[in-house]
Amino acid sequence: MRHVIALLIENESGALSRVSGLFSARGYNIESLTVAATEDPSLSRMSIVTIGSDDIIEQITKQLNKLVEVVKVVDISESAHIERELMLIKVRATGKDRDEMKRMADIFRGRIIDATDSSYVIELTGNQTKLDSFIGAIDTGLILETVRSGIAGIGRGDRILKL
Amino acid sequence: MVLTGAEIVIRCLQEEKVEYVFGYPGGAVLFIYDALFQQEQVRHVLVRHEQAAIHAADGFARSTQKVGCALVTSGPGATNAVTGIATAFCDSVPMVIISGQVPTAAIGQDAFQEVDTVGITRPCVKHNFLVKDAKDIASTIKKAFYLAKTGRPGPVVVDIPKDVTAQKAEFAYPQTVEMRSYNPVVKGHQGQIKKALKLLREAKRPMIYTGGGVILSDAAEALTQLTRKLGLPITNTLMGLGGYPASDPQYLGMPGMHGTYEANMSMHFSDVLVAIGARFDDRVIGDPNHFAQEPRKIIHIDIDPSSISKRVKVDVPIVGDVKEVLEDMLRLLEASGETTDKEALATWWKQIDEWRSRDCMKYRNSDEIIKPQFVVQKLWEVTGGDAFVTSDVGQHQMWAAQYYRFDKPRRWLNSGGLGTMGVGLPYAMGAQLAHPGSPVACITGEASIQMCIQELSTCKQFRLPIKICNLNNRYLGMVRQWQELFHGGRYSESYMDSLPDFAKLAEAYGHVGIQVKEPRDVEGAIREAFSRKNDLVFLDFLVDQTENVYPMVQGGKGLTEMILSAEDL
Ligand SMILES: Cc1cc2nc3c(=O)[nH]c(=O)nc-3n(C[C@H](O)[C@H](O)[C@H](O)COP(=O)(O)OP(=O)(O)OC[C@H]3O[C@@H](n4cnc5c(N)ncnc54)[C@H](O)[C@@H]3O)c2cc1C
Ligand SMILES: Cc1ncc(C[n+]2csc(CCOP(=O)(O)OP(=O)(O)O)c2C)c(N)n1
Ligand SMILES: [Mg+2]
Repeated sequence: MRHVIALLIENESGALSRVSGLFSARGYNIESLTVAATEDPSLSRMSIVTIGSDDIIEQITKQLNKLVEVVKVVDISESAHIERELMLIKVRATGKDRDEMKRMADIFRGRIIDATDSSYVIELTGNQTKLDSFIGAIDTGLILETVRSGIAGIGRGDRILKL
Repeated sequence: MVLTGAEIVIRCLQEEKVEYVFGYPGGAVLFIYDALFQQEQVRHVLVRHEQAAIHAADGFARSTQKVGCALVTSGPGATNAVTGIATAFCDSVPMVIISGQVPTAAIGQDAFQEVDTVGITRPCVKHNFLVKDAKDIASTIKKAFYLAKTGRPGPVVVDIPKDVTAQKAEFAYPQTVEMRSYNPVVKGHQGQIKKALKLLREAKRPMIYTGGGVILSDAAEALTQLTRKLGLPITNTLMGLGGYPASDPQYLGMPGMHGTYEANMSMHFSDVLVAIGARFDDRVIGDPNHFAQEPRKIIHIDIDPSSISKRVKVDVPIVGDVKEVLEDMLRLLEASGETTDKEALATWWKQIDEWRSRDCMKYRNSDEIIKPQFVVQKLWEVTGGDAFVTSDVGQHQMWAAQYYRFDKPRRWLNSGGLGTMGVGLPYAMGAQLAHPGSPVACITGEASIQMCIQELSTCKQFRLPIKICNLNNRYLGMVRQWQELFHGGRYSESYMDSLPDFAKLAEAYGHVGIQVKEPRDVEGAIREAFSRKNDLVFLDFLVDQTENVYPMVQGGKGLTEMILSAEDL
């Protein structure tokens, strides 16, 4: 099963390697990992997408909690939550492809944030499936480059991860 | 008060009441050694190899309830320390290791003797720090000691660049530690504790299985009281020996791969199993699927939530400190006045005694050749079962665990989790320094002892009257045993030629060496060794080369599928 784990960790150098080292040392899977400081600069927040059986996910959260610098760990995919990922995609945009690309970007509520006479950079946010569908919907031969941020996740409503 | 970083380091160790720091100097720690030189409170023990510094500090910690402390230089000093650190980590031993680092400005420049100590040690420490400013030294060392000894204990590394030890800063040792990210649970959940007691009272075939957590938490007394009060059978893991008196009739011996028949059968066929500070290691329960075949309820007391339901699904988890939880249990039992199902328990004991009557620890002694088991038995007799006993890793370790019966905690020091050959002598050094007047024996093998043999020199310098019992079988015995049983008797590289004359080697270091070849000389030699109160005596017993450790549960097999003796093969 796929899980999204959110955690708060002391914003110290080396904190990221403690987390990523834990995953590689214990053979846990990381689909994506994002990290940045929060509004309180002494804390960083990570969103980790991982796959594993219930037993493994239980161990992952326990092992993360055991790291001395980790302040809080929540498996936000256990209940209602929102996931978003950012993708920047550079595509060839010439001739009739140019209009078609703009149309597709509009349908997916993407924005063209850079344009040359032969290419666009399209910015797209959404959950993983939406970004995947966009890639599926355009002619892959036109894709010059993609970059994805990995998932950031947050609980809905009253579910708040804070100190 | 304004001090240099180096002076602050030493002042911190003084504040933490560190009696001994085990170490080895080098460029990056010269200022710290200079500060050490100018005071007398913290004594330094100069080892001959950094691995031994860590092991000795570890042995000091294991034999006391204190935090072990070591000091090494950057680069090779730190890498030599890694095996020691990993050894302590695997057995949850509280330690603080201070390592020198190249100057801040040189970090990342591939400087002379630079390694990323924090990176290298990260997977084998409880936590580690790189201190970048002298004003942070005191608070970091305070945290290091706090982390090392609270919660599930473990080694903590503090890496300090050379320039930081020369910098000046205001010194004030913090009285308390506040860490919002670290709050180990100590008190157990009362509802869970009550649930556990209810299960125990209703159990027909209850069994107690305890481990290193009982020793680490200093809970042997509470455990003994509770076990006696309930009248239950009990087993202690290799790490938990001495947690319950081995000479008590309720004690069934060690469980697991080389455990007793009665302990393993009782573990397997119990209907309620209480695991206390033990982590269901693969050497203890064998194949987890085989173990799960028999239905039973499991209660697990452990301070580390990640130990619970890791390898075996637990029914009643209790997160907390063993001592606190056991004392709560005793109080609740006292108050309720309820007891166990006496009738069921009597039937259960009858079954256990039947298993016990197999006498699985018997071995065939000989007049011609020294049996290693016999040496350990004699050592136990001569020392009245009251010595601090360290061991290395191999067959001799198992015989020590099986035949030296530990009645008290912290008397048995060995590497269980990592299984590090070479720990025996440095552990004995740490134990002897911690307990100057007490007998300390190191049961070792001719291969293991050579992994830290250079420490005989340290023992001379610090006048440590350790008694080394070398069960010399001229083989990497444990390897040979597996090759005999599982690799068609092809003894690939497990025989060691060109061994030194250990007695002479000991003499060369300024100690007493005695070689023993005859069974009839064993007891006399041990007595002579222990009568030499001020000498280190190296007893080199030439033992039966073909002896194997039994009982044995082969890797991947279940606890009930034991080989009891060579005749079973
Ligand atoms: C050659 C060889 C053969 C071996 N054969 C055997 C064998 O036959 N039988 C055997 O038993 N072992 C054997 N071992 C040892 C084995 O590998 C493990 O090291 C050992 O079984 C683990 O012991 P333990 O479960 O007591 O856990 P430990 O490693 O001692 O762990 C302690 C547990 O207690 C918890 N804890 C710590 N402090 C506290 C506290 N204050 N309160 C609550 N909980 C706490 C920890 O979180 C941890 O879960 C062998 C080792 C070697 C090298
Ligand atoms: C550092 C290290 N290297 C290798 C091993 C694997 N190993 C386990 S027991 C053993 C043999 C030990 O021989 P000895 O010390 O003579 O003890 P014996 O088994 O003969 O009693 C070896 C090589 C180990 N545990 N530690
Ligand atoms: Mg040997």
